[in-house]
Amino acid sequence: MLNSAIRNLVGEAPLRTGKVKLDIPPLVENGNTVPMTVSVTSPMTADDYVKSIHVFNEKNPQPNIGNFHLGPTAGRAQVATRIRLADSQKVVAIAQMSDGSFWSASADVVVTLAACTEEL
Amino acid sequence: MASALINVPKRARRGDVIEIRALTSHVMEPGYRRTASGEMIPRDIITSFSCRYNGREIFRADLFPAISANPYLSFFTTATESGTFAFEWIGDNGFSQVASAAITVE
Repeated sequence: MLNSAIRNLVGEAPLRTGKVKLDIPPLVENGNTVPMTVSVTSPMTADDYVKSIHVFNEKNPQPNIGNFHLGPTAGRAQVATRIRLADSQKVVAIAQMSDGSFWSASADVVVTLAACTEEL
Repeated sequence: MASALINVPKRARRGDVIEIRALTSHVMEPGYRRTASGEMIPRDIITSFSCRYNGREIFRADLFPAISANPYLSFFTTATESGTFAFEWIGDNGFSQVASAAITVE
């Protein structure tokens, strides 16, 4: 599921590791609200910038977490939000650059209280 | 009704890279949970967020059920001119909310 979601995004283009930094705690008690920051190394000029940042997960019911579209005027290619994790799993962040290349970073997170699928 | 919390610097120098933080209250019901009696709770999430700076879109996000309740977003932009940031959240069941913040650029 994770791999096909990533394929849908990058298509046949190579997915390289690097340039992307994914900040997420390695151990979280509550999967309902996990702080996460993605930053990408880029000069953020009119001809070399980060077009979008995409975050995926491995074991939630759905592989997508969020797509963030930015442009050269962002100045700094960094987004932060709070996410849900239904299980201990891998989180993957992918950046699409203005030249069409894709870069990624991943992190493993251990979750003690799962989100998303619990009974009320 | 939902309410939004926006954090934008009131003043900035031209060319400064500024952080924008936006939070709105919303359950972000993922649609995968069941009640004690086994009934599925339907999805109710915000699916889209956008920020316009004097009418020009500078940031947009597609949100999924894996975004926590009361979605929080932080992102950056370059302060170029005085004006207004307009924020918009759109979601399931016709959810729509707007907010704005002013900035003075010197």
